[in-house]
Amino acid sequence: MRVYLMKFRRNARSGRAALWAAVLSFAVCASAANADETIAFIGARLIRVDSPELPTGVLIVRDGRILAVGAAADTNVPPDARRIDVTGKVIMPGIVDTHNHIGGIGGGDQSKPLHPDVRIYDSLNPRDAGFRRAVAGGLTTLNIMPGSGHLLSGQTVYVKLRPAHTIEEMAVRNADGLIAGGIKMANGTNSRGGAPFPGTRAKSAALVREMFIRAVEYQSKVTAAGDDASKKPDRDLGLEALGEVLSGKRVVHHHTHRADDIVTVLRLSKEFGFRVVLHHVSEAWMVADEIAAAGARCSVILVDSPGGKLEASQLSYETAAILDRAGVNVAFHTDDWITDSRLFLRMAALGVRGGLPREKALRALTLSGAEMLDLQDRVGSLTVGKDADFVVLDGDPLSVYSKVLETWVEGRRVFDRNDPQDRLYGVGGYGAGFDTVPYMCCHGDGE
Amino acid sequence: MQNDKYRTNPHMRRRMNAECRTMTDERMAWFANGRGALSITMRVWLALTAFCILNSAFAFAQTAVRAKTLYTMSGPPIQDGIVIMRDGKIVAVGPAATTPIPAGARVLEAAVATPGLIDAHSTVGLSGILNYAHDRDQIEHSEAIQPELRAIDAYNCREKLIEFVRSFGVTTIHTGHAPGELISGQTMIVKTVGDNVAEVTLVESAAIACTLGPAAQRGGGAPGTRGKMMAMLREQFIKAQEYVKKQDAAEADKKPDRNLRLEALGRALRGEIPLMVTAYRAQDIISALRLANEFNIKLWLDGAAEAYMVIDEIKAAGVPVILHPSMMRASGDAENMSFETAAKLRKSGITVVLQSGYEDYVPKARVILFEAAIAAANGLTFDEALRAITIDSARLLGVDKRVGSLEAGKDGDIALFDGDPFEYTTHCIGVAINGQIVSETKR
Repeated sequence: MRVYLMKFRRNARSGRAALWAAVLSFAVCASAANADETIAFIGARLIRVDSPELPTGVLIVRDGRILAVGAAADTNVPPDARRIDVTGKVIMPGIVDTHNHIGGIGGGDQSKPLHPDVRIYDSLNPRDAGFRRAVAGGLTTLNIMPGSGHLLSGQTVYVKLRPAHTIEEMAVRNADGLIAGGIKMANGTNSRGGAPFPGTRAKSAALVREMFIRAVEYQSKVTAAGDDASKKPDRDLGLEALGEVLSGKRVVHHHTHRADDIVTVLRLSKEFGFRVVLHHVSEAWMVADEIAAAGARCSVILVDSPGGKLEASQLSYETAAILDRAGVNVAFHTDDWITDSRLFLRMAALGVRGGLPREKALRALTLSGAEMLDLQDRVGSLTVGKDADFVVLDGDPLSVYSKVLETWVEGRRVFDRNDPQDRLYGVGGYGAGFDTVPYMCCHGDGE
Repeated sequence: MQNDKYRTNPHMRRRMNAECRTMTDERMAWFANGRGALSITMRVWLALTAFCILNSAFAFAQTAVRAKTLYTMSGPPIQDGIVIMRDGKIVAVGPAATTPIPAGARVLEAAVATPGLIDAHSTVGLSGILNYAHDRDQIEHSEAIQPELRAIDAYNCREKLIEFVRSFGVTTIHTGHAPGELISGQTMIVKTVGDNVAEVTLVESAAIACTLGPAAQRGGGAPGTRGKMMAMLREQFIKAQEYVKKQDAAEADKKPDRNLRLEALGRALRGEIPLMVTAYRAQDIISALRLANEFNIKLWLDGAAEAYMVIDEIKAAGVPVILHPSMMRASGDAENMSFETAAKLRKSGITVVLQSGYEDYVPKARVILFEAAIAAANGLTFDEALRAITIDSARLLGVDKRVGSLEAGKDGDIALFDGDPFEYTTHCIGVAINGQIVSETKR
């Protein structure tokens, strides 16, 4: 495809021809090119995450899925497969970011502190340069969250960074065909403010409890009505979404830093039975046992220094390690733009610096994050049947000197460091800050 | 414990030594008086003297560092290298085979040792960890141009972030007023130790901090545009020129009344102090060069995210660049920042050093070691990246006689690591400043 386009451009004499090229590229991108091609990546060190690393492995992908993965010595490569020699390289699963703010997010507004009706995907721009940086960092699955400052700022969306022109094309779908996501909540100082926002922690919790009690009542009415449409309560978008939270379909992704705020989330989670992932958790190292006992999962952010606000002043490089030792399932997140998606591997490495075992750090970037998004059956490890989402690196993922060479999503290459435009977004430079059209157009369409 | 306290606390050490000096004077007086028998007072005195001598021995004991790889930054790395420090200074550096460790010296061992790291531009000590009104002293918004504000009047030696960056090997910082007003104030150069700013300051007034671009815009007031920024700066420097002219007038009665603002700008006009201009966009960088050229001011370009667009102009002006943190967020005026800018500038012959910069949220401070690591992974060689946070920074800041390399006669500032200092998973395992161990926390 790309070769064809280049030839076409060489022949183009006018702006009209270039326009036609662009239109053509759109048309081809929209179709699933090479869907049935089998590709075998041969010779790389394979970090499978759910099973031991293979020093010299073979990864075979077809139809956007992993067809086979194994040691080079005992894995048969189908004769029709395109063979790609990746000797000396390292391949790991596509990275899962459990908390990201790219795409020009716009969640709940300042009218009130609770916005369960607001969907983040109604505000996203798939051409945002942040998506290009994310694939340059090896990210393939994101939980895009509304921003901060609310007790509940809206519904989140899970996306795969596949070539896309609309957010619908990126979104992960549940089995029912609906767009998948969680719900974003916050406590502590983050969501405090002048009325109607809460002024204290106790008021924050009271508002949240009241909201969930309304949701429980609403669900009771819906259930009681059964199939009788006349008895059903009026539709309420917010209470409908909260119903999904109460049923466990929609996970609560909860911003919380201070130890007592973390414990408050656990208390509310127990009262209403919602499933929760605790995010940021600067002071989780103080209450690791309580978190473990509650069975809550933690998505940790590790920034270079403590502080910037009181609730992050006790941040520790050792948080992930302490949680892991307590038996808590730990992932990391970029909180992009708090940290740059291109440097996400670095965070896991700093976790190792703080005492987290290496294999746990790699799991935290992949499978643990997938589990927190209920996507562990589709992404997070190099496992037969899972989506063909993976990253090719020129060295160990936890070394500062290693580079992401390629990122693949569902069997299509979405980042290639050798491509000048991709490299621009990966490294930076003039134009790297500009949004892009078309977004990740032509990779993997058959070079 | 007590000895540790004396070793690591200059204030305690100073007081103790003063007490010891007093007693030595008393002893001389006693001998001069020719008294014979030992009174109870004298016995107590002798015991105290013995205590002082012992403590002095501990306080000023020689400290030696032995590193499998010793980066001195004044020559090639030394394998199995030794650094010996005494009385706050380095007294010997060399290979273990030819550099004997004095008997009784405390020896610290590490895989790697480097000079204490130098952060060429920070705001730590003025911008505090909590980021609340009471510890936000890095910027004053009452006026757009306030070069009379001195960093030394705001620097908090006990700020937690100083201790934090020190634990990663940072021993000297160029810190002070942050970007965010057209001229926000002065900067200083200080060691990351101590509880008395006067004792730990290397340079009280290092530069005047200036900002160009949106960060210097004042909502509803002046300057509101780039053009107005330059007009206001030019106006102030012209006033300062006239002020300097009157200051230089021969007749005492014609000298102007003191004016702190114009005095500070006058020092820049006289070449006594550089103007450090934070500018990210290429056009703002060019404006800074234009301003410096018009008034013949010594200029340090700071931030400079789009410097790679105007390399020839920067080179022709002979201006050094204190480059933005390697991991600066690619947004706003720095949306086109590149991980490779340090390497590009250096390759073209421009002096480039690295900084941790100013952060207004989380993380509240960056660690210069980490910023250099990213530069080392993106085009700078290991040696170039380490130079950019040691000797090259020391030279730019004019403090290379004291710090920046491991050489006899320089301050005993050293950082110890358990591996490649730039690797994410390596730890800083020890830090010494002025020959005293100030951190043994594994970071």
